[in-house]
Amino acid sequence: MKTDTAPPTIDVVRQPSGSAELPAGAGVTPRRVPRSGAAIARRIILYVALVVLAVPFVVPTIWMIASSFKPLSEIFASPPTIFTDSPTWAAYGEAFAFQPFAQQYFNSVYIAVLVTAITMLVSSLAGYAFARIRFPGQNLLFLVVLIGLLVPGEVTIVPLFQMFKQVGLINTHWPLILVTALAAPCVLATFVMRQFFIALPGELEEAARLDGLGRVGIWWRICLPLAKPALSAVAILTFLASWNLYLEPTVYITSPELFTLPQALTRYTDAYGGEMWNTQLAAATMTVVPVLVVFLIAQKQFVEGLAHSGLKG
Amino acid sequence: MTTTHSTTRGASTDAPRGAATDVAPPSYPKRRPGRFWTMARRDALTGYLFITPQLVGVLVFVLIPVGLAIYYSLNDWNIFTGELSFVGGENYAALLDDPQLPTVLGATAIFSGGVVMLNIALGLALAVMLNRRFRGVTLFRTMFFSPVVVSVVAWTLVWGFLLQDNGGINGLLAQFGVVGPNWLQEGPTAMTAVVITQVIRSVGINMVLFLSALQGVPGELYEAARIDGARNSTMFTRITLPLISPTLLLTAIITIVGALQAFAQIAVLTEGGPGLSTTVLVYYVFQQAFEFNHIGYGSTLALMLLTFVMLLTVLQWQLRRKWVFYED
Repeated sequence: MKTDTAPPTIDVVRQPSGSAELPAGAGVTPRRVPRSGAAIARRIILYVALVVLAVPFVVPTIWMIASSFKPLSEIFASPPTIFTDSPTWAAYGEAFAFQPFAQQYFNSVYIAVLVTAITMLVSSLAGYAFARIRFPGQNLLFLVVLIGLLVPGEVTIVPLFQMFKQVGLINTHWPLILVTALAAPCVLATFVMRQFFIALPGELEEAARLDGLGRVGIWWRICLPLAKPALSAVAILTFLASWNLYLEPTVYITSPELFTLPQALTRYTDAYGGEMWNTQLAAATMTVVPVLVVFLIAQKQFVEGLAHSGLKG
Repeated sequence: MTTTHSTTRGASTDAPRGAATDVAPPSYPKRRPGRFWTMARRDALTGYLFITPQLVGVLVFVLIPVGLAIYYSLNDWNIFTGELSFVGGENYAALLDDPQLPTVLGATAIFSGGVVMLNIALGLALAVMLNRRFRGVTLFRTMFFSPVVVSVVAWTLVWGFLLQDNGGINGLLAQFGVVGPNWLQEGPTAMTAVVITQVIRSVGINMVLFLSALQGVPGELYEAARIDGARNSTMFTRITLPLISPTLLLTAIITIVGALQAFAQIAVLTEGGPGLSTTVLVYYVFQQAFEFNHIGYGSTLALMLLTFVMLLTVLQWQLRRKWVFYED
């Protein structure tokens, strides 16, 4: 499996991989080779194509942020503008006035943090056991766990709703925490952790055992500190999975003060059902920008983490 | 049994290595006969305890719900009395009589097919363009990847906004004298809009997977082909594509399975409309089960979705064996 090997980073091509010998058409162009006019023309075409292609990827986000500072009248201005001459924070104030947005923000943050913490614990324990401990029925049990990856959450949500209703947990955060922390995203995490622990050399553990460490000690003191790359991938994947949940809160939660952010974003409508565009954009900006900033700082971990998710399926 | 602990640990270093010890490090030797709690058994017990939370999670939140879904699909649920009555295969027969289902399955096929084709083509094109050294290549990769970390609902809201009749896209088209359609209010353009919105948000992941696959293609192959006088396009179809075919297949299946589960995009952008034109299976399940309270029929539809996902997974395994080229 190709993707089992080291996941790529955005910087991946920068690695010195004999680039000087590779022909241009093959995908890697040598640097600082005297260029012909045709080569320069090709380079210009490449830049133009990339810039044009990048527009729908980048402009919506920029436009969202810029428009959240526009007065409502300017949002549907023709011709459309990106930046406004009269920026205002009004929409940000409205976002908090119209809904308990601070509470909703807190809900999303604490749920995602809790889910991430539980998943890191559960998946590193299970991943370690499946990789390093021998016990009867191991392979069968691992297959049973992997079924959790095959079944989409959309399939189980109807019976899960009934189950949570039976125990009186509808309109609480419990379904959002428990299902995310123990079902599909966690199974993916267990798989990632197992793949990592399998590759660890056994001598370390052997030495620790001779020093009198038990299994729990080996897992906690030896293996987890070594597993930081895998753990950070797991953390990013799980946090994003929880942060982006939409179907689940829509089904389980009915009180505005219990909403999570994605759910809250869709509820900015005025008394007549008209959408409050600039308020919505301000709320969306507050939802997106922190994650985007963390992404720009920790790009490498993000890309590795999400490339790991490509193992799914 | 209380004394076992200290004796086994003390003796473990000089004990003869048994047959079962050479498997998983660290190896625990088999203990003297007669004691039940040997090191191997204690270790196995630790293993079971370590996997218990994950196993219970899968059991309670995946396996039992699937079982319940099968049970619900065989019953009719009276929402007012809360009673289940066994109806056998009636819900399954209803699949055939549902006048909306062919439209829904058609929309699902167009959406998933459109997403997977565009996503693979664009992802591969971006990876090939960005798999070389030039000024700004890292910046371009970051830009194409960035929508992946933007919240789905926020991303979709913004696009919904730009796609309004008087929104940014038509405003831009008007500058060139083009009168844009009311994107989200007409069937074909609404479908195009949800497909493109979905592709742009998620193509970054495929781009990264393809980039790493392209890195794995040995440069000597191109060198040899070039000496033989092969053109760039020939090298792409004869060397690059076959060598990255495992990744192509894997990403194609992941992308289809992901598209089959796309709910937020549809719910926020079109709510399945206009008419049924963008009502994909996931959205239909949600409507039937939670808006119309047809628990039995909704469960039947959900099982149909599960069957599709399972079939695609099996198909992937079969195709990998047959078609895909492995270098080793």
